[in-house]
Amino acid sequence: MLAMVILFAATSRWLWAVPLIVSISFVYAATRHEESWAILEHAIRFGAWITGFMLLLFMVFYVATEWWAG
Amino acid sequence: MVVSPIGDDNRPTGQDGEGGTNMASEQLETLSPPPYHVHLRDPWLAALWAWLWPGAGHLYQGRYVKGGIFMTCILLTYFFGLAIGGGHVVYASFRQPDLRLHYLLQVGVGLPALPALVQTYRQRTERGPLFGWKAMYPPDVRGEQIYDELAEWNAQYGFYFELGTLYTMVAGLLNVLAIYDAHSGPVWTMTSRDRRPPDPG
Repeated sequence: MLAMVILFAATSRWLWAVPLIVSISFVYAATRHEESWAILEHAIRFGAWITGFMLLLFMVFYVATEWWAG
Repeated sequence: MVVSPIGDDNRPTGQDGEGGTNMASEQLETLSPPPYHVHLRDPWLAALWAWLWPGAGHLYQGRYVKGGIFMTCILLTYFFGLAIGGGHVVYASFRQPDLRLHYLLQVGVGLPALPALVQTYRQRTERGPLFGWKAMYPPDVRGEQIYDELAEWNAQYGFYFELGTLYTMVAGLLNVLAIYDAHSGPVWTMTSRDRRPPDPG
């Protein structure tokens, strides 16, 4: 139950990460390429990588919270 | 100044020194980036422009797409962060008890963060906020816990004060990447197109 409360509270805050992920992905990709298609491709891959990494961390913390809350 | 990411002159040679083995040559052919050239004009001037206004250095170099990307992403991130923090998340205070080291990252965004220095100067000379507008004006924390304006902002904006600080710091850091790119050109990495094996024909 505690984990669900934390999950609900956390979900809305996670949405604030979306603009940052988009911005970081595009700027990082743009410093690696000159062509638009390459920038776009790299940005999508990098954005997916960041999102995946964050989800992985989220799962780790979620499982840890479940375990901690018993 | 013209930059080619990996030109013929920079290609590493194989173990046998002169030209390398056939296998190494084939691998190099596969890995070679598309031959594009970037005209950086005056790199230091471009870097200065890039710092002053995100994307301006690239526009100066005629790299309009990248200039547009940097300008849009970095400035939107910065001003969005500034807005959700009520204009208070960017300020320059380097005196105890309020040592605002965040500003060292935020100032990476250039001109949009510089009014904070003017506001700090005006506070120290007791002239009051510029145009009476308290954005970027350092908080009043001089009293000995009698009145702490920073604590008041934190209470008022809560989560958004931290979030705004984060957004503006990230914007400043991203512009450091853009400044480097304006000065030295792109750091080349492989794309899916580069990874494809060459046509047998």
